[in-house]
Amino acid sequence: MPHSYSALSAEQKKELSDIALRIVAPGKGILAADESVGSMAKRLSQIGVENTEENRRLYRQVLFSADDRVKKCIGGVIFFHETLYQKDDNGVPFLRTVQDKGIVVGIKVDKGVVPLAGTSGETTTQGLDGLSERCAQYKKDGADFAKWRCVLKISERTPSPLAILENANVLARYASICQQNGIVPIVEPEILPDGDHDLKRCQYVTEKVLAAVYKALSDHHVYLEGTLLKPNMVTPGHACPIKYSPEEIAMATVTALRRTVPPAVPGVTFLSGGQSEEEASLNLNAINRCPLPRPWALTFSYGRALQASALNTWRGQRDNSGAATEEFIKRAEVNGLASQGKYEGSGEDGGAAAQSLYIANHAY
Amino acid sequence: MAHRFPALTPEQKKELSDIAQRIVANGKGILAADESVGTMGNRLQRIKVENTEENRRQFREILFTSDNSMSQSIGGVILFHETLYQKDGQGKLFKNILKEKGIVVGIKLDQGAAPLAGTNKESTIQGLDGLSERCAQYKKDGADFGKWRAVLRIADQCPSSLAIQENANALARYASICQQNGLVPIVEPEVIPDGDHDLEHCQYVTEKVLATVYKALNDHHVYLEGTLLKPNMVTAGHACTKKYSPEQVAMATVTALHRTVPAAVPGICFLSGGMSEEDATLNLNAINLCPLPKPWKLSFSYGRALQASALAAWGGKAANKKATQDAFMKRALANCQAAKGQYVHSGSSGSASTQSLFTASYTY
Repeated sequence: MPHSYSALSAEQKKELSDIALRIVAPGKGILAADESVGSMAKRLSQIGVENTEENRRLYRQVLFSADDRVKKCIGGVIFFHETLYQKDDNGVPFLRTVQDKGIVVGIKVDKGVVPLAGTSGETTTQGLDGLSERCAQYKKDGADFAKWRCVLKISERTPSPLAILENANVLARYASICQQNGIVPIVEPEILPDGDHDLKRCQYVTEKVLAAVYKALSDHHVYLEGTLLKPNMVTPGHACPIKYSPEEIAMATVTALRRTVPPAVPGVTFLSGGQSEEEASLNLNAINRCPLPRPWALTFSYGRALQASALNTWRGQRDNSGAATEEFIKRAEVNGLASQGKYEGSGEDGGAAAQSLYIANHAY
Repeated sequence: MAHRFPALTPEQKKELSDIAQRIVANGKGILAADESVGTMGNRLQRIKVENTEENRRQFREILFTSDNSMSQSIGGVILFHETLYQKDGQGKLFKNILKEKGIVVGIKLDQGAAPLAGTNKESTIQGLDGLSERCAQYKKDGADFGKWRAVLRIADQCPSSLAIQENANALARYASICQQNGLVPIVEPEVIPDGDHDLEHCQYVTEKVLATVYKALNDHHVYLEGTLLKPNMVTAGHACTKKYSPEQVAMATVTALHRTVPAAVPGICFLSGGMSEEDATLNLNAINLCPLPKPWKLSFSYGRALQASALAAWGGKAANKKATQDAFMKRALANCQAAKGQYVHSGSSGSASTQSLFTASYTY
């Protein structure tokens, strides 16, 4: 390892770093609107709407027609390929509407999970073939950041060392290729909340996974200042009988990040996973009120947690579009506040929500 | 990696974390007075003093019996084995003198270099055998932290992947064993300044080394909040013809650290290597003024840079005790100020020494 061959020029580094900082500027987070056709099928079937390209276009139009109120709380939007080239009813490309609001445009670039043979149902993620050419095209077309999701799960024998290593490596290759093409890579090593494990176990696994991710990024010469991290919050498994407060989740999450994510990373944009809209906001808020020093921005990259109410209000009816858009704006503003630790809760039990249930002897 | 077996109890973690924070509180740093017998021989020969146990004892006595205000600048002292059991003229143990001043006592634990066959004269460090028992004894005898120095060099094919990996692994084993015995491990992966490489190259190597060190610490389940890092500053090689300002050294150093050292690490105490006393102070000051985010304390663990003038003032004569202590206290105070970014270069106009020679086009 005696010689260094600069992966990026000074100008390339500055461009990437500026893009990343714009996305996670104070009070802002990301709208993850990059549901694949298959994922959209699930969302639409829940509201009894047929999964056609037109319906997907109409639904995204509900989100993108939000007014200037979203400018202060949405720093970036992640698109699915199809949506990047769709237009609104007036023929204006969605991409342009978003850009005109000063919001950075992003694109999902992975091609889904594939099994790892010899493991207990574990996967890696594909999409590296021709990725450089695809990134170059997306950059030309207006995208400035990308997203790639890897998936790990906690069980008796997982995540295995192979799954951790392989997913970290593939994330690092993706990140390296993105940066070569002027695109900020969002690195997403999601550990699913499926299972009955407790908070401590999730924290332990999250620390191991993130350490492997950052070692891989270093090995692949990725410029950390021009990346973002999209991790799971540290939470118990869905089937865990123990309940934890937002403060406990916040402490476990921030502790895990402090032990693994170098300060050079400008922002951590949490995924919401299966959390409800309110849960996702309360947890993000608690994270931003956690007393431990936090050198990166801590904000959101939410899909369901920003869209659930909007989707439910829309239900496929044009007449409901305005009200649906309002629901989205409302969640966006709430999460903008949460990303600064300024969200007071939905009002039902504002005091109780802020009350710390932190257990002093849970040493993280 | 499915199961978690806590390496430390919450009480053990708290003890380690408290010790580490005490050492680097309020701008305090470390006096590295752990020169081995051989190394002390080099130092004493320069001032024409015979290298006897009594002479070594006398010099250390003078330093440790400096005024109590010493504890405002010195949070910890690293001792060599022999010194831990030495006493002052009245029969009082050095370690008790230091402890009564509120200074934490540390002990050098490594046992020197061993060659790595098949490399370009690279080495690893010995000392793991029986280390747990030695740590337990040192803890009983009053030590609260340990130090282990790994050495890497920049040259043709160096540092090799093997050297980096092997030294990182040994450091992690040492750190793990220390913590099991209540000692805070100071982790020292020194990239020595020998050579004609430039600042950029040292930064690149330092980043690779530190990334590997922190991956190894994570793999070995080391509790980062209960450790300290003792790295080299990022500097050009001694034989490099290009000269760099303290601001350039600072920017390269902090950039490397913030890309690799997790925020959970409470303090980074630089080694001074071959730097002059004044350069070591100026560089530390510039590091603390560097505009990048710095979530850890940035302090000193200096040997020569705290003792050079004191040694010269002593010259082996008891009558020079006060002059020796004055010289030492002056450097201790200067470095404490530098650790807070408040050092004013004596004898020159403040504005000239803080004038930035930072070259804007040198992207770190």
